[in-house]
Amino acid sequence: MPMVQIENLDIVFGNQKMESLRLLDKGLTRPEILARTGDVIGVQNATISVEEGEICVLMGLSGSGKSTLLRAINGLNKVARGRCLVRDGERMVDMAKCDEETLRHMRTNRVSMVFQSFALMPWMTVLENVAFGLEMQGVSKKEREERANKQLKMVGLYDWRDKKPDELSGGMRQRVGLARAFVMDSDILLMDEPFSALDPLIRSQLQDELIELQKRLKKTIIFVSHDLDEALKIGSKIAIMESARIIQEDVPEQIVLNPATEYVEKFVAHTNPLNVLRGNALMTPLAQMAQLDGLFHVSEHLALDIQDGALKGASSHGHDIAISKWEDGMDIENMPENSVVLAPVGISMRDAVEIRYHTKMPMVLQDNGQCAGVLGDHQFYHALLGKHFSRAS
Amino acid sequence: MNWLTEHKLPLGDTMETFVNWLIDVASFFFDFISVTLETLIFALVDGLEWMNPFAVVAIVLALVWWLHRSVGMMIFVAAAFLLIMNLGYWQETIQTLVLVITATMISVLVGVPIGIAAAHRPLLYTVLRPILDLMQTIPTFVYLIPTLILFGLGYVPGLISTIIFAIAAPIRLTYLGISKVPNELREAGLAFGCTKAKLLYKVELPAAMPSIMAGVTQCIMLSLSMVVIAALVGADGLGKPVVRALNTVNISQGFEAGVAIVLVAIMLDRICKTPNSKAEG
Repeated sequence: MPMVQIENLDIVFGNQKMESLRLLDKGLTRPEILARTGDVIGVQNATISVEEGEICVLMGLSGSGKSTLLRAINGLNKVARGRCLVRDGERMVDMAKCDEETLRHMRTNRVSMVFQSFALMPWMTVLENVAFGLEMQGVSKKEREERANKQLKMVGLYDWRDKKPDELSGGMRQRVGLARAFVMDSDILLMDEPFSALDPLIRSQLQDELIELQKRLKKTIIFVSHDLDEALKIGSKIAIMESARIIQEDVPEQIVLNPATEYVEKFVAHTNPLNVLRGNALMTPLAQMAQLDGLFHVSEHLALDIQDGALKGASSHGHDIAISKWEDGMDIENMPENSVVLAPVGISMRDAVEIRYHTKMPMVLQDNGQCAGVLGDHQFYHALLGKHFSRAS
Repeated sequence: MNWLTEHKLPLGDTMETFVNWLIDVASFFFDFISVTLETLIFALVDGLEWMNPFAVVAIVLALVWWLHRSVGMMIFVAAAFLLIMNLGYWQETIQTLVLVITATMISVLVGVPIGIAAAHRPLLYTVLRPILDLMQTIPTFVYLIPTLILFGLGYVPGLISTIIFAIAAPIRLTYLGISKVPNELREAGLAFGCTKAKLLYKVELPAAMPSIMAGVTQCIMLSLSMVVIAALVGADGLGKPVVRALNTVNISQGFEAGVAIVLVAIMLDRICKTPNSKAEG
């Protein structure tokens, strides 16, 4: 059972929802409907499901409807049509149709939210802010202070608990926002561009902290972002939105490798592939390489002797070159220089580039012990220049 | 032009008929209000006058210390009270204070809920706004006449006129404060499970508090500015000597009473300013 399941969801802002939906079904575009009825289509026919423990990133430019879709999940935005199911124990609650009492139960116990501009209550202390949701849960004062303090220790703000939010820096304030959401112990977290208002260093630091927290807490997170790098870094799944619709939904690597439309491609072109791409997407498969005298000539300086999927030897102008093996987690600094490295195909591009930099040699990638392809400068440049789109080629 | 003046619209007559009708139909209601308010005011005035003046000053000083922790302000308040006592306006000052505080309390108790309701219902505010404008712009003397007829001479018509004049401030500033609550704070409140009532008490009112307090302070000042007019319909207080001085062209009495009013105004203003609204100042 998924944690969140959204089916054919439409969100309309305005007074003539029925008419707008009718026009939408007739295939009119967003601006056309705005001109006819004055209504704004927030989300159009969105379908997506998020499994337990996933971080699903809704990505798109501002106005693409990503925050609107997010706010449907805890009922802050009214759904015009479709279903927005959120798991509660063994049942799925439709946030679009449930009564006030159920909605409140879901908000206090199942779904917590982190806001872009923090949305901390300026008249409350840090501790009171973190305990705010617990107060709504009806937790006793003593227990909520205990739990809030514990959460504040986790985000490293225990010493700041008696300060007011305006005495804190932006990064600290968002840590309070995170603590306020985490302290609720709800399984689902909604994050509306939580790090967008922070400067880049703090942003990446908080992203790392979130990834660390997630490793321990295993929440189901739905994260809104306009930054594909951020989405690729933290997302286990990415849904890209453009003018109210989800246009592509996939794992990060596939988004980068197979952008569905030009719009996605533009996003991808500006990302850093180092964090996303893996060896199997980068390498040139052996099957595509020419053989000469039974050797694979990777460059004019390197020939590989590969038989039945096993690397028998490597040579440069008749001199033998050492072969070494690298596994995930091994120290790259200790790899012997001037050796051809055998690495698994799942190697990240960052590791591969580092190995290449250190050994000064192309690498051979193995899939289940079988040599699968070659990874060298040419392949790296190809990826860095964004020429790896299957769509563009 | 004769045709225009010949058929005068019975605007004033209609109003008069309406007021007369009110007296006929609801005089017991106005009497009830009148008696209740008068009893309240007399009780407060008598209570404060029964106390030793220095005890009253001590209570006010304690209040100043509790709210502001400022020795300078305490010295000022003490000096102001001593000067008033020296001028011989202690009793009138008490009466004025009671009138102002009662008017403010009623204005706030009625005005703040109206302001909240208006902020939540845009339509209500559209209706309310011209009425508030009217209440603030219509010359005080105009509604002094019907209040006088409905409530009789004394404190109560003065109090009612004061409320009519001053209540717009808490309504407007409460409305403003609640409407200006950032949407994100409301969303945060809802997202963490506030009911409508909790959203109001835990998020909207605290967020609007600086603005509401500004409304209260303004309300006090507006009430104080009405003391002279209230004196015209028989309300006791610092307005009385001013009116008397006006009638007898008595410069010294007018000046002294005026100084007392100003001192009361400054004291109330300083005491009511919330200490943490420095940014507002």
